[in-house]
Amino acid sequence: MAGIDTHFLSWIVFLPLLFAFAGLLIPAKGTAGQTAMRLWTLLGSLITFGVSVSLYINYRPEGADFQFTETVPWISTLGASYALGVDGISLWLILLTTFLMPLAILGSFSAIENRVKEYYFLLLALETAMLGAFVSLDIFLFYVFWEAMLIPMYLLIGIWGGKERIYAAMKFFLYTLVGSLLMLVAIFYLAHQHKLQMGAYSTNILDLYKLQLEGGTFWSAQSILFLAFALAFAIKVPLFPLHTWLPDAHVQAPTAGSVILAAVLLKMGGYGFMRIGFPIFPESVAYFQLTFMILGTIAIVYGAWVAMVQPDIKKLVAYSSVSHMGYVIIGLFSLNEIGVTGSYYQMLNHGISTGALFLLVGVIYERRHTRDISAFGGISKVMPMFAIVFMIITLSSVALPGTNGFVGEFLILLGAWKVNPGLTAVATTGVIFGAVYMLWMFQRVMFGPVTNPENQKLKDLSLREWTVLAPLVAAVFVMGIYPNLFFEKLEPSIQRFIMKSTTNRTAPPQSLFSDNSK
Amino acid sequence: MLFWIPLFPLIGFLINGIWYAFGQAPAGRKKAGAGLPGAIATGAIFASFVVSLMIFIQLLGQDPEHRAVEQILFNWMSVGKFHVDVAFRIDALNTLFTLVITGVGTLIHLYSIGYMGHDETPGKFFAYLNLFCFAMLMLVMGSSLPVLFLGWEGVGLCSYLLIGYWYTDIEKAKAGKKAFVVNRIGDFGFLLGMFLIYSTFGTLDFESLRHLFGHAGSLPEGVSPQVITAISLFLFVGCMGKSAQIPLYVWLPDAMAGPTPVSALIHAATMVTSGIYLVSRLNFFYTGSPTAMSVVAAVGAFTAFFAATIAITQRDIKKVLAYSTVSQLGYMFLGCGVGAFSAGVFHVITHAFFKALLFLGAGSVIHGMHEEQDIWKMGGLKSKMPRTYWTFAVGTAAICGVPLLSGFFSKDEILWKAFSSPSGSPWLWFLAAITAVMTAFYMTRLFSLTFLGAPRFEVAEHAGHSHDHPGHDHGHDHGHGHGHGAKKVKGIAVHESPLLMTLPLMILAVLSIVGGYVGWPHASWIEHWLEPVVGGGHEAASGVSESLEWILMGVSVLGALIGILTSFRVYRNLSLVEAMTRNVQWLHKILENKWYIDEIYEAVFVRPIQVFSQLLWKGFDVAVIDRIVVGFGRVSQWTGETVRVIQTGSLQVYALMLLAGLIGTAGFLIYGWH
Repeated sequence: MAGIDTHFLSWIVFLPLLFAFAGLLIPAKGTAGQTAMRLWTLLGSLITFGVSVSLYINYRPEGADFQFTETVPWISTLGASYALGVDGISLWLILLTTFLMPLAILGSFSAIENRVKEYYFLLLALETAMLGAFVSLDIFLFYVFWEAMLIPMYLLIGIWGGKERIYAAMKFFLYTLVGSLLMLVAIFYLAHQHKLQMGAYSTNILDLYKLQLEGGTFWSAQSILFLAFALAFAIKVPLFPLHTWLPDAHVQAPTAGSVILAAVLLKMGGYGFMRIGFPIFPESVAYFQLTFMILGTIAIVYGAWVAMVQPDIKKLVAYSSVSHMGYVIIGLFSLNEIGVTGSYYQMLNHGISTGALFLLVGVIYERRHTRDISAFGGISKVMPMFAIVFMIITLSSVALPGTNGFVGEFLILLGAWKVNPGLTAVATTGVIFGAVYMLWMFQRVMFGPVTNPENQKLKDLSLREWTVLAPLVAAVFVMGIYPNLFFEKLEPSIQRFIMKSTTNRTAPPQSLFSDNSK
Repeated sequence: MLFWIPLFPLIGFLINGIWYAFGQAPAGRKKAGAGLPGAIATGAIFASFVVSLMIFIQLLGQDPEHRAVEQILFNWMSVGKFHVDVAFRIDALNTLFTLVITGVGTLIHLYSIGYMGHDETPGKFFAYLNLFCFAMLMLVMGSSLPVLFLGWEGVGLCSYLLIGYWYTDIEKAKAGKKAFVVNRIGDFGFLLGMFLIYSTFGTLDFESLRHLFGHAGSLPEGVSPQVITAISLFLFVGCMGKSAQIPLYVWLPDAMAGPTPVSALIHAATMVTSGIYLVSRLNFFYTGSPTAMSVVAAVGAFTAFFAATIAITQRDIKKVLAYSTVSQLGYMFLGCGVGAFSAGVFHVITHAFFKALLFLGAGSVIHGMHEEQDIWKMGGLKSKMPRTYWTFAVGTAAICGVPLLSGFFSKDEILWKAFSSPSGSPWLWFLAAITAVMTAFYMTRLFSLTFLGAPRFEVAEHAGHSHDHPGHDHGHDHGHGHGHGAKKVKGIAVHESPLLMTLPLMILAVLSIVGGYVGWPHASWIEHWLEPVVGGGHEAASGVSESLEWILMGVSVLGALIGILTSFRVYRNLSLVEAMTRNVQWLHKILENKWYIDEIYEAVFVRPIQVFSQLLWKGFDVAVIDRIVVGFGRVSQWTGETVRVIQTGSLQVYALMLLAGLIGTAGFLIYGWH
């Protein structure tokens, strides 16, 4: 195909969208049409995954900082360009996205019966937006993709969601929008600063890395800009106390929506910190290090405790996300290689395990149309295959050594200990409470006698459901036993990230709104 | 070759596990009987035993100072300077553990084929059992803390799965969860210990750490004693969880909900001794910190005593043994805590023999009594179950400390070291000696009530042999029911267990008799063997003579005999027991209710956290944060509504406003602010 070499990333990003538009031509009326629509979408996501695998094969960790780069001038007055590129940090998140997308699509084959065409169109459009954000090397382009993600997700929750979908969708939209708007202002300010310091407008992230911004105090330019970005990213993570949109969004979203939301959208927050927040504002990161580590620690314990008392399985998983993503924050802000690598790995792990958990909840929801923990009990007896998979994913979620979860949490805590042993000790209590809420939920859903007659005759996993879950189970073990497979391609990028995020670039004091060019 | 030791049980697990998951679990598939899965699992662990034995023989031939076999499998994780290999290292210390795990493990696997013969899902059971052995072997063979921790949490998982094996009974499932969670509290300490070790020394590898310490009690340069103490205590919190010491012992008695072979293997012979292994493996940390040593010794001694008080009043045959295990584990820590690591390890080994024997014997009784576990409803089984009776008698005598049986040697070694070693004290000895008397008392009580006297249950007249008694289903009512099978038999048709079950009992009985000779006082092979790893036994503190050693030994033998004889006398006359109990009703009630520790934990920790979590959710998430968010929405809505008033759509009003604006602007331009 034309330009596959020079526009490799563009192909990956826009392949799903191409399939989405082509899918509009399928007459999705009747059962046959709907099936065709489903299969077409699945095919599109599978091909995207295939192409992204070749990205993995061809990415050279010892090579250039960013590879497969493309640059096309775009909005010259702002200095914005269509700049794409991949390093180790974006690489695995791209693969996580393209790996989970076919599973989420296959997972919703039987769940979505109305407006099938729109549903799958939106899923593919969402994939393009997510991939776009992961490969953007221009902060304005990043912003465009970031905002573009919001719309399909908003519609997925609002149209195919549960009873309270409108409230949940609005809450999701408002929260995210508030964060994004401040980010947009900050982006303009950065472009302006670039003009002041370098003589021309630019929103290229690599250019912005060279900016010198006054930092080190709360009211300095750097701190305020950092907080503007951090607000947007922290809402996405979501970091305590900005997390309350998540439980509602998760509970109301259809299964695939929850999977993508948890597995990929939340990672946008962590990725944003890594690509933008840290390297552009290193002094502010140091300045706010303790604050964020405290918030992360609170998130771990708070999320776990509140998860413990949830009556709804999806809400429990949502709060467990708050807890797990708290680890990501303390690892990132520990700013050493062990902690940061652990955080990054934890993001992938969380994508796999929480994605799988939502798929599993979807499996029983489709059979029972309830997510109340109390409506279940003794399911192990009726659905033994389901029980095995559920157990494995539960163990991954409680970070049992040998599963992926352990590698991430262990590295994070080990890295964070060097920075702040006291906080790390508090954060480590998460391993206790994590076991409490997961195993208690598992016990109430899976063990005991079957008391509810409606649960007597539930069908075990179907072949389709097996196909969805098996790759995730495999990933849990591969990532737990041989993490070096991932670390190899990651290490140089993480090292560069830490170097940029710890290099002091403070400029001489300047007022936030002064114009030095005069 | 080392990797074969854990690999065999792993293969066994995979075969049985995959077969079960895909061939037996799905609806409509036939479940396999115990025979083939049991044979696969037993074969796997036996193969592992053979390799362990070969390694042991290899070690025998090596120079004591460099006695070790190593193997690096692959690099597990590598981030910056942090490297962890999946690597094994067997030396004088853990070779003994691999032998016990695979040896006793093989016997228990064999026994399980008989015991689980009527179970619904033996395929699953044997898969779990093999998985446990794999994890346990990883634990003792790992050459670094993270690999040990992999095994450490792995055995915790298997323990969880096997305690809750009959999960349709929610109480059993709860017991499994409790075990996992309490162990996680311990693991929290273990993790902190690892973090502190790594941040202090930059490595988690046992050999590298040992080299940093040099010799006997010296600290590495530039490391403060407080750090060593902190590390030792953090890790000891892990041991309290895994090895059931105060205050984290509460899970072990509940763990008896699991099938009895599990209690024998995991909750007596192997997993619960992991803590002793860890302390002995890292003995250089502990000898470097007198404070930590005192804590270990005190916790051990007090746990030994405390658990024994509870054991005296329990009615459930397995609960008595469970508290007895907690108590014996306390002894082992007492040994380690006074610097006698080899005595602690010695007791691990003899205890593995006689406690596995006692648990399997109890299983045989439960099996023969058709799931009855209350010793007050037993009695007179001596004639009905002769092989079980004799072997159980040996086990009881061994744990009571009857001279020349295995328990006598190891327990006496600990008692003597508790008294004589520089870090020991007469108080520790006294507590341990009192515990020994109590142990003799409650074990004899258990033995008498079970086997001697007249039956206290309705004996069913049954025709023919009962070796293959059909019709009881562990899956549904393991535990307390009397009516079994389709035909209602009045009373219980007691039967001796099949040879598959009694053969392991007999082998273990022999080991319980002779197992102690490796630690003959003053000519202890085991002390000598372990010396390069855990250091020699300390010289006795000054003023302690050899004659005193003999006197103390005499005292403890006398104590054991007093305990045994009193117990025999008391429990021969049950009306006497009842009268006595009535006299000290309040004490009996406290002990029978295990000092109400579970209730106290529930009230002090569990409930408050639950209530507080509810409060956080409803009172903070929903009532505060959400209200602020919705408030923002309201404000913008309100602003919109308010401002909308001027959007009347009337052209005249707009024109008027335009004019006003124009005049205003013009006025500003002309007059400025002033």
